[in-house]
Amino acid sequence: MLNYIYKRFLNFLLLVVLASTMGYFLAAMALNPRSNYEGRNPPIPASSIDSKLTALNMNNKTPVVERYFTWVSGVVKGDLGTTLNEKSVNSEISRRIWVSLRLLLIGSILGSVIGVITGVVSAVRQYKPFDRYFSITSYIFLSAPVFLIALLLKFGAINLNDRLGYTLIYTVGEYSPEFQGAGFSSIINRVQHLILPTLSIALGGIAFYSRYQRNAMLDVLSSDHLRTARAKGLTKRQALFKHGLRVAILPLTTFFAYSFGLLITGAAFTETIFGWNGMGQWFITAVQANDVNSTAAVILFSSVLVLLSGFLADIVTAALDPRVRLR
Amino acid sequence: MTEVLRLTRGQLVRRRFMRNKLAVFGLCNLVFMFLLAFLGPYLSKHKWDELDFMYLLQPPSREHWFGTTQIGGDVFALTMRGLQKSLIIGLLVAIFSTGIAAIVGAFAGYLGGKIDKAMMWVVDLLLVLPAFLLIAVMSPLYRGKTWLIFVVLLAAFGWMITSRIVRGMAMSLRERDFIRAARYMGVPTRTIVFRHLIPNVASILIIAATLDVGGTILSETGLSYLGFGIQPPDVSLGSLIADGTNSALTYPWLFCFAGGALVLTVLSVSFIGDGLRDAFDPGASTGANS
Repeated sequence: MLNYIYKRFLNFLLLVVLASTMGYFLAAMALNPRSNYEGRNPPIPASSIDSKLTALNMNNKTPVVERYFTWVSGVVKGDLGTTLNEKSVNSEISRRIWVSLRLLLIGSILGSVIGVITGVVSAVRQYKPFDRYFSITSYIFLSAPVFLIALLLKFGAINLNDRLGYTLIYTVGEYSPEFQGAGFSSIINRVQHLILPTLSIALGGIAFYSRYQRNAMLDVLSSDHLRTARAKGLTKRQALFKHGLRVAILPLTTFFAYSFGLLITGAAFTETIFGWNGMGQWFITAVQANDVNSTAAVILFSSVLVLLSGFLADIVTAALDPRVRLR
Repeated sequence: MTEVLRLTRGQLVRRRFMRNKLAVFGLCNLVFMFLLAFLGPYLSKHKWDELDFMYLLQPPSREHWFGTTQIGGDVFALTMRGLQKSLIIGLLVAIFSTGIAAIVGAFAGYLGGKIDKAMMWVVDLLLVLPAFLLIAVMSPLYRGKTWLIFVVLLAAFGWMITSRIVRGMAMSLRERDFIRAARYMGVPTRTIVFRHLIPNVASILIIAATLDVGGTILSETGLSYLGFGIQPPDVSLGSLIADGTNSALTYPWLFCFAGGALVLTVLSVSFIGDGLRDAFDPGASTGANS
């Protein structure tokens, strides 16, 4: 088991290095920070643009490989460089990372747990009203892009607030800046802000996991080992929970890991729409501003997150499935 | 003696598909969307790039079926134009990416060994980085140029999962007698892959391509929504929704038609994809083992 974990960890490290390298090269070659200074009135002399870009390690006259090695030597020491407006990328990350992680963790946990439960229930009650209703709903949610769900939720909340005459659900920001309370009331204020972005991430997840879990569960329901479990005298419920669920959940762990990539994409939309200063929103402004170092930092963040969850999924799979451990 | 009704595989598949109500609904709806997108503009007298200064921000009326925008554009014509773009991009990318997936997956699975390992490494690497992030970063490369570059990028980052499925099937097909016979007769690898392997995974490819159409439309509209996709003055459903959001509460017609068309299209595509899967392979689990 330890040997297996060790091997997976090496694979994980190698992929992080490759992925972030690829991300850096793409960002450095596609984005053009020079264009931000050109065409200004009065024009900035080329030499001062050059010296400024060189100081930021974003000068496109320096060979890209050289820039990459400058970047990597910083990253190895834990320094991710400076943003285009000369702030430290590290401090920017430390400000933003928890905003995104909170959104992603709560959203993905809600999405997967509720999704798995509804999937299992749908499978057990195949073709009954509950199953039909949920299938259609999840089809619709899977066909609607994250940004459309987020926008509709936002409009719905604004309407609701108008009807009520006071703000029950906030649609912008993570907390109210003028808010002065502490303790419990500040938690409530945070939850009022959290509810919509988390929902827009979680709804897609619920739809996805419930479809998936329903199919996996249907396979298990007609499998031989479940029939054996019934035959040796277990009730349907016991057989389902003891022997069915474990097998049906297994393939989901891998999916859970790779869904983090999709979640980060979703976070970029929800953070932009709800005005959260998270990693996703940062990525979009960084690409628009041709900020190479910030873009590379977000790509590094997302590859670490995806691979870390993949690594954890491997360990969980190995713990649940003896066949993997022995390989 | 009663006559025995003989059905070819194609007829069987068609019959199973036609029995699936949701799939037939999806197909009818998708055909309707196509007709609407490509014939609709001829029914209306307004062009998508024409501005009508007499009607600024008007609600739907007999003159402008879906209303008008802030600068007097006809929302019906704009939505049709956006729908055309999204449908064409969805189709093109689905064909390209399924093609790449078939070739990479079939070769990797058939050849095995080091080539297989190397190809699956590339697949793993591309799966780690969300395609959305990569395409958004590369968006300056096609800004102001043809949208076909955008199509190529969408295809280049959308084939990995299908290729894994194809690889798995190719690995088991490799050991089948008809492939072995071909190999021992000295048929070159390329011919085996293209003439024997890929046709035998055709059903999977058709299903994957159909579902890809929906997935592509979702990512294309997402990128266009943020300004990384189809560039103005051209429109896509995503950029239309983005333009409509700021005033959507007071002027809902600015974005609800584009949003509705988008959801309906993707919904019908996924109904068709699932219907095809059930029709090709009625006994199989739907996607749980992919």
